[in-house]
Amino acid sequence: MMGGLLQRAHFTQERIVFAITVALFLLFAVTLDRFLTSVNLLSLLQSVSVLGILGVGMAIVVIGRGIDLSIVATMAIPVAWVLYMMNQGVPIAAAFGLGVGFSIGVGLLNGFFIAYVEVPALFATLAMGAFVYGFGRSQLFNQDIIYLPTTSTWIADIGRMHVAQIPIAVLFFAVVCAVAYLGLKYTKIGRFFYLMGENYLAARITGIPTRPMIVIQYALSSLIAFIAGIVTAAAVTSMNSRVVNSTLIYDVILVVVVGGIGLSGGKGGIRNVIVGTLLIGILLNGMTILDIPFTLQNLIKSAILLVAILVDSAINPRDEQTSQQGDI
Amino acid sequence: MVRGKLLAALCASFVLSSSVAMADGLVDPGRAPYVDAMKGKKVVFLPLAMGFDLAEGWTSGVRQTVVSNGGTFSIRDPNWSTDAGAQALTELIAEKPDLIVVHNPDVQSYARLNEKAEKAGIYIVQVNMRSSYSTDGYVGADWLKVGEAEANALVKKCGAGTSGKVAIVQGVLTAATSVYQIGPILDVFSKHPEIKVVSNQAADWDASKAKALTTTVLQQNPDLCGLISFWDGMAIGSSAAIREANKTGSVYVVTNGGGEKMACDNLENGNFDEYVSFDVPRQAADMGDIIKTLFQSKLKPGTIKVSLYTPNQILTKASLKPDTCWNMKDLPKS
Repeated sequence: MMGGLLQRAHFTQERIVFAITVALFLLFAVTLDRFLTSVNLLSLLQSVSVLGILGVGMAIVVIGRGIDLSIVATMAIPVAWVLYMMNQGVPIAAAFGLGVGFSIGVGLLNGFFIAYVEVPALFATLAMGAFVYGFGRSQLFNQDIIYLPTTSTWIADIGRMHVAQIPIAVLFFAVVCAVAYLGLKYTKIGRFFYLMGENYLAARITGIPTRPMIVIQYALSSLIAFIAGIVTAAAVTSMNSRVVNSTLIYDVILVVVVGGIGLSGGKGGIRNVIVGTLLIGILLNGMTILDIPFTLQNLIKSAILLVAILVDSAINPRDEQTSQQGDI
Repeated sequence: MVRGKLLAALCASFVLSSSVAMADGLVDPGRAPYVDAMKGKKVVFLPLAMGFDLAEGWTSGVRQTVVSNGGTFSIRDPNWSTDAGAQALTELIAEKPDLIVVHNPDVQSYARLNEKAEKAGIYIVQVNMRSSYSTDGYVGADWLKVGEAEANALVKKCGAGTSGKVAIVQGVLTAATSVYQIGPILDVFSKHPEIKVVSNQAADWDASKAKALTTTVLQQNPDLCGLISFWDGMAIGSSAAIREANKTGSVYVVTNGGGEKMACDNLENGNFDEYVSFDVPRQAADMGDIIKTLFQSKLKPGTIKVSLYTPNQILTKASLKPDTCWNMKDLPKS
């Protein structure tokens, strides 16, 4: 009996996903030429670093038992606006300042609606995402894709930069992860997020300023989204506002959930985001090398994710707490 | 005597009247039907979305033609949503404008609605991406020729003495652009065994996805010789990957698009090596012509099926002139 319980505790979802990730990695390393080169592994990371950065932003919110569905819109629209302003001749510092201000403003509004007006996060951020996109496309700029002005090629140069062979996007991902990890683990605010996620009412009764904390959470996720947007724009010398309508938001949630951060809050950390991101990265990289048709790729990706979730619910059945609170 | 005077008077009046007629000129008998044909006609444009070079270029040209001839022009913008577009088309069938310019998201989605609209007495002109149902008019790129031109460019560049390895980056797999373009490309390559397609993937019109997969392809095949991308807006992602790998110039990038300024910029800076342009201003003029023709013909919608394929322009850095590309910013706004 005791032994069974202990064994159970060892197989958290994070470990299951990590095991699948390692298995895939070994499989590809053995079967694919040139998979196991440092250059390929770095580019594997590079291709998912934006997803990973967004995952960190989402994780911060989910740990506090929230969700930010506006994260892709806050990534695309403020950054597209920055590029648009640069094209119009606005000085780059001013354009950046306004862009950052816009994205943090969106986060503050999200937080205000959720914390003070008490709109459920799911609806508040869903509506906010649509609002930000609509507002941006109709009031701020009228183009779908905004290209980096030809006069600012230095931004593209930074986007291509490698520091000690490591692509700049991977560095950004690493820095965002490190800061978020330290913040969640060692700052008061970070610990409060966990406590609020674990039991919101108890956190409130013990005197944690839960409402301002919620506002801070969403401001942080918006700021991180802006960083992800800048990394994207520098990498592909443009910002495609259409990404808001894509399935990217599901991929972000997937990275968080598959990594093992429960949507019921209070659990997990940045390590989980990294594991989830790695799984997606290895899958994408391997399937591209194998030149598997796109539709089949979707099938394989979803099948592997489904397996991870099934294994998790078989090994870690729903406990009483989750059944009372319910998942999102 | 009297007769003489009368004759003189008649002659004089004839001369006078004819000189009056000469001063007024003749009335062109074809003009009135031309003017009347368009007067008060309601033309609606249903693009995939507004705010990108192709749709803005077409809109500007067609609006100019319709409005200057006394018709009205409006836009229904479904913003990349096929559902919203289908709904807009359904509503339009009930509203019954005189003509709808339809930009199909894929081969199937609007096919039946296009047919229904025609049966309801509305002329349908399809643009650039044809649905499986052919309507009164089609104006747009000849994807077969675009594909052949792209493939032939690589056959020329990646023959003997090179690795012969090429990659293809498609858009959304169900879009007419992709389905009509990939066939001719593979046909051309199949006649040239020296060409090896090492990757044939879809990037959903997304530059970020294109960049990720191009990076991987380059790592697998550092000796890649050429790459075809199905759209310029997506091709810049592949170019970014190639530049990052320091292979700009050694991987020949071929793509296509409407020939907006962005295309010339990227040819100029070496991101693209060859560009198949389907000249959007010309397409807008073609659309204007087909609209005028349909209204003057007074034919029942669905009677004729006319296609106007845009001749391709092959652009390279060497062929660029200051006026080769058009600029979205310079389009008249109304």
